[in-house]
Amino acid sequence: MSKVWKYGDDVNTDMLFPGKYTYSCSKAEQILPHLLEDLDPQFASEVRPGDVVMAGKNFGCGSSREQPALGLRAAGIEAVVAKSFARIFFRAAINQGLLLVECPEAVDAFRAGDTVGLDPAAGTITVGGKGFSFPSLPEEILAIRRAGGLLPYARAKLRSRR
Amino acid sequence: MGKTFAEKLLALKAGKNDVRPGEIVTVRPDHLLSHDNTAAIVEKIAGDLAEFGVANPDLHVVVLDHVAPASTEKDAENHKAIRQYVARYGVKHFFDVGTGVCHQIMVEKGLARPGMLVVGSDSHTCMYGAVGAFATGIDRTEASALILTGETWLRVPESIRIELRGVLSPGVTAKDLILTVIGQMGSDGANYQCVEFHGDIANLTIDDRLTMANMGIEMGAKAAVFEVDARTIGYLKAAGVPRDSYQPIWADADASYSQSRTYELAKLSPVVAKPHKVDNVVPVEEVAGTPIDQFVLGTCTNGRASDFELAASILRGKRIAAGTRLLLLPASREILTQTMASGAMATLLEAGGMLLPPGCGPCLGAHLGVLAGGERCLSTSNRNFKGRMGCAKAEIFLASPATVAASAIHGSICDPRKEIAR
Repeated sequence: MSKVWKYGDDVNTDMLFPGKYTYSCSKAEQILPHLLEDLDPQFASEVRPGDVVMAGKNFGCGSSREQPALGLRAAGIEAVVAKSFARIFFRAAINQGLLLVECPEAVDAFRAGDTVGLDPAAGTITVGGKGFSFPSLPEEILAIRRAGGLLPYARAKLRSRR
Repeated sequence: MGKTFAEKLLALKAGKNDVRPGEIVTVRPDHLLSHDNTAAIVEKIAGDLAEFGVANPDLHVVVLDHVAPASTEKDAENHKAIRQYVARYGVKHFFDVGTGVCHQIMVEKGLARPGMLVVGSDSHTCMYGAVGAFATGIDRTEASALILTGETWLRVPESIRIELRGVLSPGVTAKDLILTVIGQMGSDGANYQCVEFHGDIANLTIDDRLTMANMGIEMGAKAAVFEVDARTIGYLKAAGVPRDSYQPIWADADASYSQSRTYELAKLSPVVAKPHKVDNVVPVEEVAGTPIDQFVLGTCTNGRASDFELAASILRGKRIAAGTRLLLLPASREILTQTMASGAMATLLEAGGMLLPPGCGPCLGAHLGVLAGGERCLSTSNRNFKGRMGCAKAEIFLASPATVAASAIHGSICDPRKEIAR
C-alpha cells in the first residue's frame, strides 16, 4: 500500500535537497540519496513508487533548484498534495511532469494512517474516506504535462515549425 | 481601469493589447541568465542543440559565480564544460570567475534595463526590479527549453502595492525595511504575485532598491519592482547604458491590486531574521547578546560599495571580537575596486576582516566559510534556511551591514544604533 509522507508548512528547497549538493548532483540517481535529507532522513531509503507527499502551505519555497521536483518525480511520487506551493517549485513540477494538488481541505482532513486516493482527471482526492475536489490546471499547462514535460513539449513545437 | 506594471510589461512582451491576472501568456524574454548550473542546463539538450542550434546567442547571459574559483576537481570540470559551451555557440555575454555574483553583473553591465523581461535560473533574479525590469526565477529545464526556443510561458500575476513614506533613521537600512516587510507578509505572503514599491522611493538609493528587490522571492514574489526615476537613469548612465536604449514602464495610478500596505520609514528600527526562516523577523533588541562565531558582510543582497562603506564607518579603528571571523564578500570585481579606492576595504581588513573573491562564497554552503555544527553566523545575505551554509546543526541570523559590523565588535548581536551614536 502506498505511504503518505506528511510534513508541515514552508518546506523549503534546502530541506528538500541541500544547497551544498546543487552543483555536484543533477541526475536522478545522484539526487535520490539526498532527497529530503535534512527534513526526513528516512525518506530517501524508504520512499516507494506510488507514495504521496502531503504538506502545509508554501511547499518548495526558496531556491530555484529543480532537484526537489526532479527527485520526487524520479522517486515515483504520485503527487504532492499541499495547501499551497511556492511559485518556482510549481513551475519546476509542471516542467518535470510531477503532479501537484493544491487542496487545503484535504491536508487539514488527513490523520495519521489515512489512505489517500487521487483522480487527477476528475480533480478529486479522497482522504480517509472523505472526498474533496481541486481546481484543474489551465489548458496550456496540461499540454506540457501531456507531452511528458517541458522539453518534449518544446521539441515537438520546434519540429512543427519546420 | 488602469494597469499594473506586470500587466503592461507582459502585454507588451506577449504582443497583446491587454492581459489580465491569471492569464497564461507566451513571451520572449530579453535575457536568460544562468550561472554554474549552465552545464547541467545545456547537458539536458545536448542532442537538441546539434539538431536545432540556439534560438538567439545574445539571449543567454552566463556568469560563473557559485563556486568561483573552482573548489574541487568536479567544479573545475563543470566550469570547463561551460566555457566550451559559450565558445561553441557564440554566447557573447559570458563572465568568468572573479567578475562577481550573476545578479550584480546583470545590473552593473546594463544587461537588465527598465522595461526588460529577464528570466534566470536562480531565485534571486528578481533583483533587477530595482531598475524597472520584470525579472523572475525559473528552473533549469525551463532554461534549457528557452535556449532552444527563445520563448516560455508566464502566468500574469496579481500585484501588491507597497507605499513607502518618509526617510529611514540613522542605523536603519533598506535591509531592515525589507526584512520588516517580509516578517509581516510571511514567506508566502506575495506568492505568485508582483510587488510594486511606491511612494517616497526617491529617498532610497539604487543600492537600497537592489537589496529590497533581491529579497522579493523571500516573501514568494514573482517579481519586485521600483519605478524608474532620476536616480535609476543616473545609475544606468554611469554603468554605460544610454537613456535611449530603454523604455521605462510603470503602473497607472488607478491600477487594481490584491492588497495595499503602507510603511512609515522613520518608524522602523533594526531587525534580525532568526533561524531557520527569513520571515522569522524580530527587533534586534530581542536577540541582542546572542554569541556569533562567523560574520558575513556582502553577497548579492548587501555586497555593494555603500554596504562596505557603512560597515567601515562603524569598524574604523576597531577590531572584531576575539574568537570570531568576519568574511568580506563583494558582489563584483568592480565593487571590490571601488572599495579599495575609497579605503573602506582596507579599514575592514585592518579591523580583522578576511576578503573572499567576488562571487557567492559561503552563502549557499558550497565553499569559503561553511559552518560547523552548533556554530552561529550573522550574515547580510538573503537566506537562513537550515543547512544553507553547511551543517544543518548550524544557525544563520540575517541582518543589515550596520548590524553585522556593530555586532562583530562585540562578538554577539548588537543594536547598530549604539555603535553609530558613539
